[in-house]
Amino acid sequence: MQEAHPNLPEFQYIKPKTLAEASEFLAAHGDEARPLLGGTDIFVRLRDGIWKDRYLVDVKGLDGTSNIAFDPSVGLVIGAAVTMNQVATFSAVKEHYPALGEAANQVAGYQLRNRATVVGNICNASPAGDTIGACILLKGSLNVHGTEGTRQEPLETFFKGPGKSALKAGDVVTSLHLPIPQKGTVGKYLKLGRNKASDLSIIGLTVVGFPDADTSSGYRMKLALASVAPIPLVVDEVEQILSDEVITEESIAKAAQAAMDACTPIDDVRASARYRKAMVKNLSQKALTEIWEKLEGKSK
Amino acid sequence: MTDHKITITVNGEIERLRVGSNLTLLKMLREELALTGTKNGCSAGECGACTVMMNGEPVNSCMVLAVECDGAEIVTVEGLADKDALAPVQEAFTHPGAVQCGFCTPGFLISSKALLERNPDPSEEEIREALVGNLCRCTGYTKIVEAVQEAAKMS
Repeated sequence: MQEAHPNLPEFQYIKPKTLAEASEFLAAHGDEARPLLGGTDIFVRLRDGIWKDRYLVDVKGLDGTSNIAFDPSVGLVIGAAVTMNQVATFSAVKEHYPALGEAANQVAGYQLRNRATVVGNICNASPAGDTIGACILLKGSLNVHGTEGTRQEPLETFFKGPGKSALKAGDVVTSLHLPIPQKGTVGKYLKLGRNKASDLSIIGLTVVGFPDADTSSGYRMKLALASVAPIPLVVDEVEQILSDEVITEESIAKAAQAAMDACTPIDDVRASARYRKAMVKNLSQKALTEIWEKLEGKSK
Repeated sequence: MTDHKITITVNGEIERLRVGSNLTLLKMLREELALTGTKNGCSAGECGACTVMMNGEPVNSCMVLAVECDGAEIVTVEGLADKDALAPVQEAFTHPGAVQCGFCTPGFLISSKALLERNPDPSEEEIREALVGNLCRCTGYTKIVEAVQEAAKMS
């Protein structure tokens, strides 16, 4: 019988002094080593026996991982070790990247958000990651230190499957960069979970919108979904419909239907696929309407 | 498994320990330092029974490695009272109903104290939001919320 409270299995904690040392160690130990940030997913998976890492390489505190900073000419840089609470309460996040702030604030409970990180959430590449949708829609990219130097990984092409990403052995993500959002950007994150405390999302839905003179509707609205496909899903049809058609209750309903049609959820312990699809439609309609109303209010 | 030497301040006392890589802060507090007020509930960062303060902020101690606490300052439920004088949150929780079986109480006390430090006059909604990560299976949330409101008035 499985123990109710299994201890963490044996592993070796490694605290490298430099990024070069971290990348070298991770590359040399391939599948046996994993970078450690908040550990809030890693420890659960180690305890459950899903992961069997021999080495956890603590990359908190390495160059560029500790700070969050906003520069009006560059955008927002969130260090890998910056916690969900630090992101959610950062004034520039509230002002310029509200969808990200709302998503970070809906991860588990307050004390877990003092350990969990946005970069860790991204690197796990879980289809359920709460903050991933906002980071993709806001054109985020990761600054990565690997054995061959540094590079940038745009999030649009980062996710390859559940738990699979463009990261290779030896890669350490040092920070996330979000460019300056379009003028007048508003955002919303809606999470449907079995409880508010700690559950993974049944669905997570991010909407970002801004005025755009180049579209027929005068706006551009983008929608991303969590927990309804093998990877975080951006529904391009929503953007298309709400760019080409005048935004009305009807076109929003059409966009919500497109979101429902685009997702491919599974049945699991949290919800059935059928329920997820129905909720994608309902919550899409709700979030898109709210964003539309906010945009209209702003443009008057 | 290689041991790591750490220095950690727990409830104002400096402790020097040798800890294994996989020892959690929770297990270190309970089994190395005999501070059994902090409880082991779910071991998954969900129930909040193991909540302690780390450098002034609440964390799930089952989700932190002891070795990550080198140089850190930890406050557990044992560190809330000033000798025999209970802290306001503790005093408020002694009133009927806020403590039932008591297993979740140490975690609730730490989360409540942390809330009142960052927001001395929270609304009911803010209290409920701050305590989302603490579960009470005796289902006594109403009395717990009332206790935090009372503690806010006492502080």
